[in-house]
Amino acid sequence: MAKYKCMVCGYIYDPAVGDPEHGQPAGTKFEDLPADWVCPECGVGKDQFERMN
Amino acid sequence: MSVLKILPDIYSVGVVDWDVRNFHGHTYTTKRGTSYNAYLIIDDKITLVDTVMGSFTAEFIENIKQIIAPEKIDYIIANHVETDHSGALPEMMRLCPKAKIFGTAKCREGLYKHYYGNWDFQEVKTGDKLKLGKKTLNFIEAAMIHWPDSMFTYCPEEQLLMPNDAFGQHYATSERFDDEVDQCALMDEAAKYYANILWPLSSVILKKIEEIQKMDLPIKMIAPSHGIIWRKDPAKIINAYISWAKNETKPKVAIVYETMWGSTGKMARKIAEGIIQAGISTRIFDVAVTDRTEIIREMLDTRGFLFGSSTHDNDMLPAMAGFLELVRGLRPKNRVASTFGSYGWTGGAAKEMEVVLKEAGIDIASGGPSFKYLPDEREMKACYEFGSDFAKIIKGG
Ligand SMILES: [Fe+2]
Ligand SMILES: [Fe+2]
Repeated sequence: MAKYKCMVCGYIYDPAVGDPEHGQPAGTKFEDLPADWVCPECGVGKDQFERMN
Repeated sequence: MSVLKILPDIYSVGVVDWDVRNFHGHTYTTKRGTSYNAYLIIDDKITLVDTVMGSFTAEFIENIKQIIAPEKIDYIIANHVETDHSGALPEMMRLCPKAKIFGTAKCREGLYKHYYGNWDFQEVKTGDKLKLGKKTLNFIEAAMIHWPDSMFTYCPEEQLLMPNDAFGQHYATSERFDDEVDQCALMDEAAKYYANILWPLSSVILKKIEEIQKMDLPIKMIAPSHGIIWRKDPAKIINAYISWAKNETKPKVAIVYETMWGSTGKMARKIAEGIIQAGISTRIFDVAVTDRTEIIREMLDTRGFLFGSSTHDNDMLPAMAGFLELVRGLRPKNRVASTFGSYGWTGGAAKEMEVVLKEAGIDIASGGPSFKYLPDEREMKACYEFGSDFAKIIKGG
């Protein structure tokens, strides 16, 4: 499962960790996050994230 | 700043900071000073939109007192946590302990981490409305324009947008409106503000402008938290933001250099001759002595960047290193850059500058001249020719 980086603030979404504070349990793929999910650090949308290699 | 009625029952109650010359520490030079704008709405619920820098608290409260006793304030809208807009908030909450604060979830968190106050705070989201009586306020979350907590407040009855820092300018004036001030100075400060504060957030800004346009909120007036209010032509600043956010550029070149014994400076001026001869506009800046926030402002709509440095300790010179670090963070798009400079033995400045430019995602044009010690006639000719070749790339778009 790929990690994704917020290009605005640098936060890294790790699917192994998820975003449980905002209802996204560990194991949630970035692609499966809801469309209105936002960066937990800076609040920008999913479109501001880039897939990491 | 004296109190001014800007719309029926809406007053500008902020302050002018004539003296400030450095802002955000020393990251932004405010050569024309600034203002910290706040707005007071008299309705069934008396509402204050934002406050001012802490050091201006007394003047701010005197302004409010010209309209109403501060303890009568019911609501305070906190569009942004940063202290130039929240500094007077602790004193306001002391004067009106029953006032309720409205802001985003990140605003609640941020205000607490600044002031540690136990204040009555109501979190709001995009689409939430607050009825004041005759007037209403609509909230629009604006994360990263320019902090996570940032929010815009809109009053539909007056078609007034209060977007806090967005569309602002560090411009101290006795006038309060766009049509009352010098247009060149105004747009210069608006561009400088965008370039130095908002540029790296361009894709977030474009998306937010589109979102607001889709919401179909007619905007007759934009009252930001710094500088003048846009009443004559709010579309002018919105369109300028769209252009800057799209990284639209003009065919011109910014030459930024640092030199030890003058050779790199000499090369800069010869390259400029080649550029000018090819019909392209250019500006030369010695980065060691120039206000870097002014260079960044010039670069905002400039297509070509040339960076020159002497080699020192196998690397570029320190003022250039600091400047390029800034450029890297701004992440400019749709630009072409190259490097040049003089060296004594192995060289290295050009290579190190290119490393940073690549990290910044800027396209690099090859052929930037690097010469040993003082350039001779043939080498100066090569500088001139490089200038004219680079100008052709810039002309081509
Ligand atoms: Fe700010
Ligand atoms: Fe500000």
